Amino acid sequence: MAQSVKVYSTSTCPWCMRVKQFLKENNIEFQNLDVSGDQLAADEMMAKTGQMGVPVLDIDGEIIIGFDKEKIKLALGL
Amino acid sequence: MKIYDLIIIGAGPAGITASVYAARKKLDFLVISLDIGGQTAWSGDIENYTGYQFISGPELTQKFEEHMRKYGIALKENEEVLGFKKTNEIFLVKTNKADYQAYSLIIASGKKSRELGVPGEKEFKNHGLTYCATCDGPLFAGKVVAVIGGGNSALDAALQLMKIAKQTYIINNTDRLTGDAVMLQKIQEAGNVTILNNHQVSAVLGDKFVRAIKIKHKDQEKELAVEGVFVEIGLIPNSGFLKDIEKNSRNEININLDNQTNIPGIFAAGDVTNVLEKQIIIAAGEGAKAALSAFRYLSQKKF
Repeated sequence: MAQSVKVYSTSTCPWCMRVKQFLKENNIEFQNLDVSGDQLAADEMMAKTGQMGVPVLDIDGEIIIGFDKEKIKLALGL
Repeated sequence: MKIYDLIIIGAGPAGITASVYAARKKLDFLVISLDIGGQTAWSGDIENYTGYQFISGPELTQKFEEHMRKYGIALKENEEVLGFKKTNEIFLVKTNKADYQAYSLIIASGKKSRELGVPGEKEFKNHGLTYCATCDGPLFAGKVVAVIGGGNSALDAALQLMKIAKQTYIINNTDRLTGDAVMLQKIQEAGNVTILNNHQVSAVLGDKFVRAIKIKHKDQEKELAVEGVFVEIGLIPNSGFLKDIEKNSRNEININLDNQTNIPGIFAAGDVTNVLEKQIIIAAGEGAKAALSAFRYLSQKKF
């Protein structure tokens, strides 16, 4: 089952790196949106979550704020 | 319930180095930590860790983690230790998820950002208020922001933000900034940084996001319109969960030369302790010492 996974991140945030590493380890394809260089992505993230903390994951419309491994696993069906 | 030889609390430079040494001594142990890397993960450029003339905080953290993983260490991540109890030389460690038992403990829980303690701080955390300029700074491109604090970490945040934000205010509650002269000079030359000495923040205001802060100067209070607030007023030790351990006036755990605390079987290492210098390389070395001391304690006790 192909899922749409988006990661809103900045290049400098350690939890963003861990989220991306976790997805790679589990062979999950994802679209990385760097909210520091991309104002549209930043606005999109803030509209979706009402907050400014990164990382944010959008897994088929389900929004997860932060590197919450359990929630991410559940959303991905791992 | 299983009884481990050792439980290491924390996975920053001290905890990770302790875990590598414990693994090489073939101890049966567990690492419990909220995060990996601790403050190192949030650091910018590191130029004083021997062997690396230059490495970034996240990169060094990754190296630490790889080194730990190489030994297949049992790690409970995203887990917070709430307290412990000692009965007959066995420690019962309580976390927000489970209970564990061990014959010895190493506390390497590090430090965390000090909070302002003003109205609005909690409500606007991640809604414009942050404790990490390195992480969240880029989200404030072209905006007006305030850095709260007057030491090196505040200057470091201001140095990063002046390249991103339209205007940066430094709100400092003493009569002058105390950071490194080199940093200070760069900030003074920047042209888009305003330093407000002798000013105190009394509230953070906004709607969905931060819109302003209330600042006080000689009994006069006014509002300053900002969209970002970066709190950089120092660090406090993560030692609140330890009730019976002896600490100094700064709430750092008192240890002796062998990293022993006042409770036999409990060792501590890194920034959570009273060791004067808070450096990554020192924390790592202290972690090694603590693991070797714990190993010696376990051998002597013949657990």
